[in-house]
Amino acid sequence: MPETRIVTARLHDHSKDSWTIDRYLATGGYEALRKALGMTPEQIGEEQVKASGLRGRGGAGFGTGQKWSFLPKGVYPRYLAVNADEGEPSTFKDHMLIERDPHQLLEGSIISAFAIECHIAFIYVRGEFALGYERLERAVADAYARGFLGKDILGSGFDLDVILHRGAGAYIAGDETGLLSSLEGERAMPRIKPPFPAVQGLFAKPTVVNNVETLSAVPHIIDRGGDWYASLGVNRSTGTRIFSVSGHVERPANYEVELGTPFRELIEGLAGGVPGGRKMKFFIPGGASSPWLMPEHLDEPTDMDHVQNDLKSMLGSGAIMVFDETTDPLRVAWRLAKFFAHESCGKCTPCREGSGWIEKILYRMANGLGRPQDLDLLLDFGDNIVPGLNAPFAQTTICALGSSIMSPVVSLDRFFRDEIQARMTEDTQARIPVTAAESGGGRVA
Amino acid sequence: MAFTTANRARAREIIAQYPVATSATLPLLHLTQDQDGWVSPEAMEEIARLLDMTPAQVLGVCSFYTMFKREPVGRLVVSVCTNVSCLVNGGPELLRALEDAHLDDEDVHVEEVECIAACDLAPVMQVNYDYHGPVTPEAAETIIEEYKRGARRPRTVSGTRVGAQAGH
Repeated sequence: MPETRIVTARLHDHSKDSWTIDRYLATGGYEALRKALGMTPEQIGEEQVKASGLRGRGGAGFGTGQKWSFLPKGVYPRYLAVNADEGEPSTFKDHMLIERDPHQLLEGSIISAFAIECHIAFIYVRGEFALGYERLERAVADAYARGFLGKDILGSGFDLDVILHRGAGAYIAGDETGLLSSLEGERAMPRIKPPFPAVQGLFAKPTVVNNVETLSAVPHIIDRGGDWYASLGVNRSTGTRIFSVSGHVERPANYEVELGTPFRELIEGLAGGVPGGRKMKFFIPGGASSPWLMPEHLDEPTDMDHVQNDLKSMLGSGAIMVFDETTDPLRVAWRLAKFFAHESCGKCTPCREGSGWIEKILYRMANGLGRPQDLDLLLDFGDNIVPGLNAPFAQTTICALGSSIMSPVVSLDRFFRDEIQARMTEDTQARIPVTAAESGGGRVA
Repeated sequence: MAFTTANRARAREIIAQYPVATSATLPLLHLTQDQDGWVSPEAMEEIARLLDMTPAQVLGVCSFYTMFKREPVGRLVVSVCTNVSCLVNGGPELLRALEDAHLDDEDVHVEEVECIAACDLAPVMQVNYDYHGPVTPEAAETIIEEYKRGARRPRTVSGTRVGAQAGH
């Protein structure tokens, strides 16, 4: 089954210059903006974007039109914050959209700003995206020069300034409220909700935070209609989605397909399956934060609600990681725990302390020093981070990073308990002390 | 004074963009790192003065973000990913080889980083935030050598292109 390319069409069809203003204009660029400026904000938000069923592509999957509708009436100024701080492990779709189609993101951002009646939009770009930032800078300058940004855009009377803001290496800045803290010049620590950003966001003003892929879909929804977009996909998972497929596959890449497409089509069809005739052992369906799935789930549809409610995982950021039969699941779980421990911002105790302990225990388990009771020990104190340990996870922390730490642990228990217990013998209780230096003591920048 | 006259003027322009001045903290830290190759205590003091913060507040923010180097690191920062897609494709082996090779290298700072959103290139590294992947340790070494002898033009250690037009 081929891809259904909507937001990735231009960057594939014109790979040599898809990021330039000339190519963008030659392929219908900014026509949707012209059309949108002739509509009312309600027509865009309610009749098109809400009707399209578009849900946030950053990870949480919240309805985009609904998010916009939470802005309190008559309260100004309002801000749009574009979340271009892609950092969920194995997700690389926004990186591609920023580098290779920055005007599409810009056009979606301008239309969205018009729809929510805001006059300053910030694009928070992951600091490590040097080329992406450079291309966005150029795109913004070109958009100003052609009258798509600035005062009285295309004679509509609508004004908008876009400010590019570089991050500096912090996963947690990709959290909606962490991003706002970072944009205000602080440590990127998430904030307690409520108040939600729509009510009190950036500088305590009503703010909408939307992901790059989400906003990149907006021009197409305006161009071809919310009903058209809603006709793609399955159930409440409308439209297309870019899945970043990587790990043990023949052709790791981004693939845009209609939502509902079975995992097998993505992993074995488009990405070519596991190389070398080896078998798949397990896969992670939606970024590091999502609980793992097994080969028996390959024919399940990529329906966000189905994956969450029935498979007890989530489509998250759309990053599919594939692991072959030679993979040690403990090593993968340990590396993910090390990631969460490193990226925990330190604000909430269960996450700050829990992530470090889980990392240490998984390290000894993966390196021949594990004890028979270790897996249960992990579950026991993991229960203090995620009470009940049932997906979707309950939270004892302000943001979802804390609970995400338990995804690898719960997955080990669910699918690999026997394999792990067989390895945790009494012999390994030789009590070789695990020093800090051994347990991932190396600093990760 | 830590900023050059030109960069101090640039700093004031950046600050003026934002509704609230403190938003310029990260951009000014990038600016000083572009200028000096690291973030010095003097630079943090000047940023604090420009933003009406205390130096301790600026340090508190600076130390949270891994891209900011609070000691000189040499002119090439080599970032090697070891997160899961790289983990199973040779990332840790790449890191070890480069760390060993550049242990006493004053020009090259090798560091382990979390996922840099290029898993289709696994195992992937960045040199001053330009991507290279997939690379074997040998191929990585060749690329680093090319940067060292000027056959490749590196960005600043903050990832800003030096004297080139954006978009190319």
